[in-house]
Amino acid sequence: MSNSTENVQNEPFARVIKRAELSAGKTTLLRLSAVLLSLIAGGVFIACVGQNPFVIYGTILSGAFRSMMAFQGTIKLMIPLLISSLGVTLAFKMKFWNIGAEGQIIFGATCATFFALFCSGMNHVLLIIVMFLAGFIGGGLWGLIPAIFKVKYGTNETLFTLMLNYIALHIVSYLRDGPWMDPESQGFPKIARFDKNASLDKLCGIQFGWLIALILVIFVFVYLKFCKQGYEISVVGESQDTARYAGMNVKKIVLRTMFLSGGICGMAGMIQATGSDITLTTSVAGGVGFTAIIVAWLAQLNPFSILIVSFLFSVLEKGSSVVQSNFGLSTDCADVLQGIILFFILGCEFFVRYRFVFRNKVPKFNKKEMEG
Amino acid sequence: MAQQQKTQYAIECRKITKMFGQVIANDEIDLNVKYGEILALLGENGSGKTTLMNMLSGIYHPDSGQIFIGGREVKINSPVDAMNLGIGMIHQHFKLVEAFRAMDNIVLGTKGKKEKSKTTSEKIKQISETYGLEIEPEKYVSDMSVSEKQTVEILKVLYKGAEILILDEPTAVLTPQETEKLFAILRKMREKGCAIIIITHKLQEVLAISDRVTILRKGKSIETVNTADCDARKLTELMVGRPVSLEIERPQMPETETILKIVDLSVNKPDGSKAIDDISFEIKRGEILGVAGVAGSGQKELCEAIAGLLPSQKGAILFQKENLLGKTPSEIIEKGVSMSFVPEDRLGMGLVASMGMTDNMLLKSYQKGKGPFVNRKPAKDLAEKLIGKLGIVTPGTETPVRLLSGGNVQKVLLGREIEASPTVLITAYPVRGLDINSSYTVYDLLNEQKKKNVAVMYIGEDLDVLLELSDRIMVLCHGRITGIVDARSTTKEEIGMMMTGENNMIDTGKEAL
Repeated sequence: MSNSTENVQNEPFARVIKRAELSAGKTTLLRLSAVLLSLIAGGVFIACVGQNPFVIYGTILSGAFRSMMAFQGTIKLMIPLLISSLGVTLAFKMKFWNIGAEGQIIFGATCATFFALFCSGMNHVLLIIVMFLAGFIGGGLWGLIPAIFKVKYGTNETLFTLMLNYIALHIVSYLRDGPWMDPESQGFPKIARFDKNASLDKLCGIQFGWLIALILVIFVFVYLKFCKQGYEISVVGESQDTARYAGMNVKKIVLRTMFLSGGICGMAGMIQATGSDITLTTSVAGGVGFTAIIVAWLAQLNPFSILIVSFLFSVLEKGSSVVQSNFGLSTDCADVLQGIILFFILGCEFFVRYRFVFRNKVPKFNKKEMEG
Repeated sequence: MAQQQKTQYAIECRKITKMFGQVIANDEIDLNVKYGEILALLGENGSGKTTLMNMLSGIYHPDSGQIFIGGREVKINSPVDAMNLGIGMIHQHFKLVEAFRAMDNIVLGTKGKKEKSKTTSEKIKQISETYGLEIEPEKYVSDMSVSEKQTVEILKVLYKGAEILILDEPTAVLTPQETEKLFAILRKMREKGCAIIIITHKLQEVLAISDRVTILRKGKSIETVNTADCDARKLTELMVGRPVSLEIERPQMPETETILKIVDLSVNKPDGSKAIDDISFEIKRGEILGVAGVAGSGQKELCEAIAGLLPSQKGAILFQKENLLGKTPSEIIEKGVSMSFVPEDRLGMGLVASMGMTDNMLLKSYQKGKGPFVNRKPAKDLAEKLIGKLGIVTPGTETPVRLLSGGNVQKVLLGREIEASPTVLITAYPVRGLDINSSYTVYDLLNEQKKKNVAVMYIGEDLDVLLELSDRIMVLCHGRITGIVDARSTTKEEIGMMMTGENNMIDTGKEAL
């Protein structure tokens, strides 16, 4: 008791407390102000590297939209991002941390490439369908492997899917340097350009992958919201105990969902390889698999929001490549901008749920907030 | 302790307010305890008892209000602050390191050099003698019984010099006999001048141990009364806010057939240790079989085994002469064995917390109907029907059930199970965390099922309720059945003895008579 005298302390300077649940309108306002703040902070950054932020922002927008070709370029960037975001969403909904979209994209593309290279004489429509299936199954298998180990031995899916990314990448390097090396490249390690018969047709000037992507948006939305299997995914994601109690076969659901998740990512790879690159390179995924994770979470796993968010991301990327050529500003700066925006938007989620209370300020307004 | 301190309050709380989001957990609560006094803090679940105590022990920080310790205003920012002020809290769930010995746990977190274990051991023995605690300092916590662990918890705070003890539902895990022992210790502490706050919602215990009672209701301190001037009825009235009948109906059903028969069942826990050890019993249609036992005696595993969630090592579960062992949960559900098993947190297993009522109604029936799509219409109708029938308070059928109060969540769960018209209904702790009113609704629902000739297995905690509600009571102890008795003729003491596995002694005692 004697030492208690020294222990009488002041309150901490600031405390975090949970706030009352905000209305939808207020939450949107909060998020919009986060976007605004991120643009301001990004502007400060641009000013620091010696450019006029308004000009740069303007260039990003005009770079993405100034011509039909620019717009088509933007959409081209968006297709694989959108599809793989949809893919990882399925896994995330189940709380299965699939960060292996990158590898699933690559492996799907690899499987499709096999047919593009060695069966290019097939009937065109049939070949495209076979390649889609190959992409889907390839990506699906790449997603299934970590799921099998998780279900059987309880391995950590985060590490497992991550490591499979590198394996997929190096399989492509091996094929490029060895069995699949273009014989006409005179020893330069690359895979041959696909036959015209094996590349995707164009629709409105862009490869028709965009149509597939839009169909997938609707498919994933309906699947998650109205299908029995989608319902199972939500229950398993919420609590495996509850799922078992309701008579669900949790293992089967995990395997099936991961196959689907990987399969969709694999299709993204197939579309990128046969539609945009017209060959297979080690950069077929090019980080899209990781950006997809961010897109899926920013969109809160809602397929329609994913459509919007992935479009905005593509605008930023396309626009900043124009900024690079016009102002000599490295695309790394775009990554910094992207980082700043993410920081603010994700940070604002904290303020949706909590707020600070400072010392000596009794939160009387608390009650008002409730009544209002 | 200085003499003049005894005259003032050990703890005085003035107008303590604490909010969580939109919920006011504590609304201008006043509370005080003197040295040498036991204060019971009585209130239904959700009335803010634990929140208040967590503020005294430095886990939460009040939004407004003052706390005085020994007459001086203090700010308690952390559990360390609380300890330094002489406040020790004994939590409902023990916070002990299982792999350590008792004494290691006791000195854990004390400042200064590590003493020789002999010195520590001596000190502990000295404290134990002062307060009449029984302990073996060298024993490992993992080898201890629940009541021994609690003793270690108490010693832990006494060792650090606590003079103000807060016990959060200390008797929930104890048998009646162990509870008596604990109370003897508390009385001894009171004699030595400690101030003790005991949180409980068992009225009999309040009357037995406390000097004064402070009653909380919906986050407000309603009244503080001298225990001597009170009886159970008055306390309930203060707690609930109006007079309540405390009788539970027990309709008598004609003797009927056995529906579920468990034969020589043994079940291991997922970690391989034995949970259910060679038990046999049966449940008849139209009866409520109460299951008593100290928490963790195998109740959970028994439920899971019957529902097909946990594989059994040996034995048989016969449902109308058909063995359920080896069947999948969905096959068992189809047979009409409904299990509304409610683990520690209600939302753990029976319901999906983030989904609305509609989607929760779907949980067991979504497979019905053809095609790949879920038909939500019947589920929505069912949800609406239950809202009306059971008086569930919710903003709508799509509001996530985690936002509902405990009683309403329980009604959603039980309602769904009952609507599936089961032949066997297994409920585990269906009233845990419910207020008195909701508890009685649940008892009524169970009785209604019994009258419909459903076999009900009721796993409960409160022996008084078990005695009033059940037809027969089965007692589990360490995964074995220590007795199945007629609830109409048995006594609380008898069941208490069985819970500790000492019923053989009673039997011999009876024979001697």
